[in-house]
Amino acid sequence: MKKETWRELTIGTINLNAGNSVVNLTGTWRSGRKPEFRPEHCIHCFFCWLYCPHFAIKVEGEKIAGINYDYCTGCGLCAEECPTKEKAIVMVPEEIKLAERRK
Amino acid sequence: MKTLKPLNGNQSIAEAARQIDPDVIAAYPITPSTAVVETIAQFKADGLITGEFVCPESEHSAMSVCIGAAAAGGRVMTATSSQGLALMWEMLYIAAGLRLPIVAAIANRALSAPINIHGDHSDTMGARDSGWIQIYSENCQEAYDNFIQAFRIAEHPDVRTPVLVGFDGFIISHSTEIVEVEDDEEVRQFVGEYLPLYPLLDTSRRFTVGPIDFTDYYFEHKRNQIEGIENSPRIIEQVGQEFGQRFGRYYGFIDAYRLEDAELAIVVMGSAAGTCKDAIDELREEGLKIGLLKPRVFRPFPHEIIAKALKDKLAVAVLDRSSSPGAFGAPLFNEIRSALYDYEKRPKIINYIYGLGGRDIKIEHFKEAAQNLVKIATTGRIDSYVGYLNLRE
Repeated sequence: MKKETWRELTIGTINLNAGNSVVNLTGTWRSGRKPEFRPEHCIHCFFCWLYCPHFAIKVEGEKIAGINYDYCTGCGLCAEECPTKEKAIVMVPEEIKLAERRK
Repeated sequence: MKTLKPLNGNQSIAEAARQIDPDVIAAYPITPSTAVVETIAQFKADGLITGEFVCPESEHSAMSVCIGAAAAGGRVMTATSSQGLALMWEMLYIAAGLRLPIVAAIANRALSAPINIHGDHSDTMGARDSGWIQIYSENCQEAYDNFIQAFRIAEHPDVRTPVLVGFDGFIISHSTEIVEVEDDEEVRQFVGEYLPLYPLLDTSRRFTVGPIDFTDYYFEHKRNQIEGIENSPRIIEQVGQEFGQRFGRYYGFIDAYRLEDAELAIVVMGSAAGTCKDAIDELREEGLKIGLLKPRVFRPFPHEIIAKALKDKLAVAVLDRSSSPGAFGAPLFNEIRSALYDYEKRPKIINYIYGLGGRDIKIEHFKEAAQNLVKIATTGRIDSYVGYLNLRE
């Protein structure tokens, strides 16, 4: 993508292309661990969805449907906030595959 | 119709604020600018202004409110001094970076430590690289006039840069003068309607204000910001002329007093320029060809105008009401010496630091500087580049 020169930029850091973060795959920041969704324990309270800083909780219909790993940074907030006795989201180790990440 | 009113500097600013009636005024009172905020609060209580008056928990928050309100699309002002301006520091850069035309009245005051409430320019000089336009006033009338012009300058589409108007703490802020106060309607017409470019309250467009920039965009955005203040000299000039045409008091970048035929010159900014004019008159009577140059605008620095006015002098003393510890002289001296570098014929130039913490500067001190200039002009020798006036040695 061609980057604008300083003259082409909108005044005052205004970014008219709102929502452009969709191209920034924050999932590439994840290192060493990732959340794993265990639907059998999920009560669909949406706490994980509410707390996730990167909108990485997938929703289908009106139910939690898993994790979008393109944007999940592996921060663990969802697992921390999950209120069920048997957690519906648990953090598990993740092997980093640099070659895949660079794709 | 214009009226003559006895006002001190703070009241002059408050009077201008009442006439302009900005959408949002956010300020945290601090000596010596307290009365600006206090008087505006009274105006609000009396129903004389319609704008929102916000009194947050600190100056940092006051400037944050200004930034939010300006980003929302409002015409916004604040007032502060010294530590208050220092506490606003990080927000000053954000206001400038976001190109929000906020106007701030600064009753100039010394910075701690030691704690001191009196006038010097340390506070605004500390903000000199924040990206704000800086205009300094010599008296209450200038404070009033500069404050009105500041909105026009800040809000011009080619500028869109915050402006601060400095007026010396106590010497101007608390001294009463007869001020020509213009007609409310005339002032409103002069300032005109403010049209924000990207108001956040306009929900018909989607955009982001203040996103993060990494190494690939920060530099371009900063260069884009610099363009605003680079565009401002033309607008400052134009606004000063228009102000003169409407109200009879013309403004430019500098004020020259008996400078044209002078061989020696003193440069001084703010209230001390008034005393200096008296000193110049006395020295002229004693036969010395000396004049005064008073810069009105410090940012953008009018380097060409000042250099042209000084280049043919024999010797020049630049007086700074702030210090820049460890630097080669204080800010005004740095700028002026640098501005003269490209001229083959240029004066000998020295720096005096004066008036820190409100220390008086009297006619005799200007004369002391003048005597040194005579010596330098005669011998061509400078004993010391940086001196101190009215300091116990």
